[in-house]
Amino acid sequence: MQYIPNILFVIALVAGIGYFTKNIRKVIRNIRLGKDVDRSDNKGERFKNMAMIALGQSKMVRRPVSGILHIVVYLGFIIINIEVLEIIIDGIFGTHRIFAFLGGFYDFLIASFEILAFLVLVGVILFWIRRNVIKLKRFWNPEMKGWPQNDGNLILYFEMVLMTLFLTMNAADLQLQELGADHYIKAGAYPISQFISPLFNGMSEGSLILLERSAWWLHILGILVFLNYLYFSKHLHILLAFPNTYFGDLNPKGKIDNLDAVTSEVMLMMDPNADPFAAPAEDEEEAEPSTFGASDVTDLNWAQLLNAYTCTECGRCTSECPANQTGKKLSPRKIMMDTRDRLKEVGDNIDKNGSFVDDGKKLLNDYISPEELWACTSCNACVEACPVSISPLSIIIDMRRYLVMEESAAPTELNVMMSNIENNGAPWPFNQMDRVNWSNE
Amino acid sequence: MSETVKVPTMAEYMAEGKKPEVLFWVGCAGSFDDRAKKITKAFVKLLHNANVDFAVLGTEESCTGDPAKRAGNEFLFQMQAVTNIEVMNAYEIKKVVTACPHCFNTLKNEYPALGGDYEVMHHTQFLKSLLDEGRLTVEGGKFKGKRITFHDPCYLGRANNVYEAPRDLLKKLEVELIEMKRCKRNGLCCGAGGAQMFKEPEPGNKDVNVERTEDALETKPDIIAAGCPFCNTMMTDGVKSKEKEDSIEVLDVAELIANAQDL
Repeated sequence: MQYIPNILFVIALVAGIGYFTKNIRKVIRNIRLGKDVDRSDNKGERFKNMAMIALGQSKMVRRPVSGILHIVVYLGFIIINIEVLEIIIDGIFGTHRIFAFLGGFYDFLIASFEILAFLVLVGVILFWIRRNVIKLKRFWNPEMKGWPQNDGNLILYFEMVLMTLFLTMNAADLQLQELGADHYIKAGAYPISQFISPLFNGMSEGSLILLERSAWWLHILGILVFLNYLYFSKHLHILLAFPNTYFGDLNPKGKIDNLDAVTSEVMLMMDPNADPFAAPAEDEEEAEPSTFGASDVTDLNWAQLLNAYTCTECGRCTSECPANQTGKKLSPRKIMMDTRDRLKEVGDNIDKNGSFVDDGKKLLNDYISPEELWACTSCNACVEACPVSISPLSIIIDMRRYLVMEESAAPTELNVMMSNIENNGAPWPFNQMDRVNWSNE
Repeated sequence: MSETVKVPTMAEYMAEGKKPEVLFWVGCAGSFDDRAKKITKAFVKLLHNANVDFAVLGTEESCTGDPAKRAGNEFLFQMQAVTNIEVMNAYEIKKVVTACPHCFNTLKNEYPALGGDYEVMHHTQFLKSLLDEGRLTVEGGKFKGKRITFHDPCYLGRANNVYEAPRDLLKKLEVELIEMKRCKRNGLCCGAGGAQMFKEPEPGNKDVNVERTEDALETKPDIIAAGCPFCNTMMTDGVKSKEKEDSIEVLDVAELIANAQDL
């Protein structure tokens, strides 16, 4: 009977980590639905980017208030997780504060966790105020309506509850240590929970143990639930920010890739020796004709899909977007949210049917409208603003490519501009022979 | 504007069996847009003044394909690129300078993979290098002490991280350089990029160029300096919409330097 808690703990741990692993495999499977793109070059620069941008939060602090608050929560999250290691060992073996033998260092650790937990609590409350009381515009854009807004708040509530439980657990423990209760060895320093502890003055040892155990269990179960919540939320960025900054585009922001499929066609057209009536080579016949540009998530590359899962909907991109600032429908954040929502839908479709069965929907039109795509000035403000190296612009360009090259659906004025280039080598209807007339006007 | 400037073409150089130091890529705006032609002329005057051995492609130059590419027409872009590259490679071009950040970006970043590998410079970078080499002198002249704010072109700034060359040149003019609240990597677009220049904007509550002009007007400038013919048009229109065209000029960095010396 005495091992029941240990067994229950192991079951919860295995179930929690197991379900999370299952879902993460789905995320990886979905990302791999994207087309191939080579991001295996320049490993040194990539590691440096990951270290600076993800680990070092270099782009977060460009907005100092949210940046510094975020660093507090981020550091708290990482460092307090050392405590989770102790909790897991205690849970499995039925021990209590197994690392107490570290003595003074243990006191230091627990004291730092407490201070960080308190700072995280403050940080998270300030985040909540920014979203719900100050109502910062970027958290209230149309695409945030409904689930995205609730998602953001739920994450904050989770963190508030977890930190409160952690401090409550320590406060009750401190009381028990002072009472000299069995099992509760004197260990740790409690700079924060010593102020909570007096609230429990006069409680019986039994009640204190019940309180301490409840807080302990709820804290660790809460962590496991939160871990599994990630998959259903925008909060996956705590993991994916690392691979996403590593695999980010290293080219100058102005460079847009040249489509290889187009290059081979253009080279063929320009080759005077090419036989226009030649039968296609054997292997070419088998190959599926590729579409130009993207109308659905499977037309995008895996790095763009990883971008979509990494986006945590902070909205810095949208708040910097010139189109969005001037009331256009385009929101770079929505481009990323739509891409992820559609990718999840395609993934669920595959889970249900074994392989993808046409659902009559596409990323284009069903999620992202041409009006949004045509409002972009390709100014790269969104790309510059993103703290985790996401490029909404690359998706916008790929979708424009589909509209223009597969559907000939460019706005009329752009068709005029393009036929001018085709006919006379300039976007306006001027004769190429007049190109140096300016010199003697 | 009826003054003739001497502009040699690559074909003329070829006929004489010579090669210029640099190809001046004029671009479509610089060739055909009435406002941008003035920038082209100002830059040519500076090139002559610094004794730069340059040539243009003239009637052999064609659109780089930038607006087509940004509009999604990769076919048209690559057709343009491959044709231009063929011409430039035939002339064995090594170094290109252009006064248009869109041409600059496309030539520099998107042509190499298609076989067009050149050293490409924006005209502000090129003028800065002439200055550093002592071939060009930049003096305050009539702009000395004027309040000037520089609008970063997206395709020069964020797209290619060139922020200092135009500012270094302006500082040489002994002007009072005032930054807008959104500048350098945070600079707001003028609204023309991504082929927007050639179409009406999508429905909204404001035009991007007006928003950006308001940024500029906050600095109470005498002159708004630009480094891109399209930004120039957008900012000029913005200033007009605010009815400030009598008190505020929009000028390219090259024009400022040339005009300062009454070239």
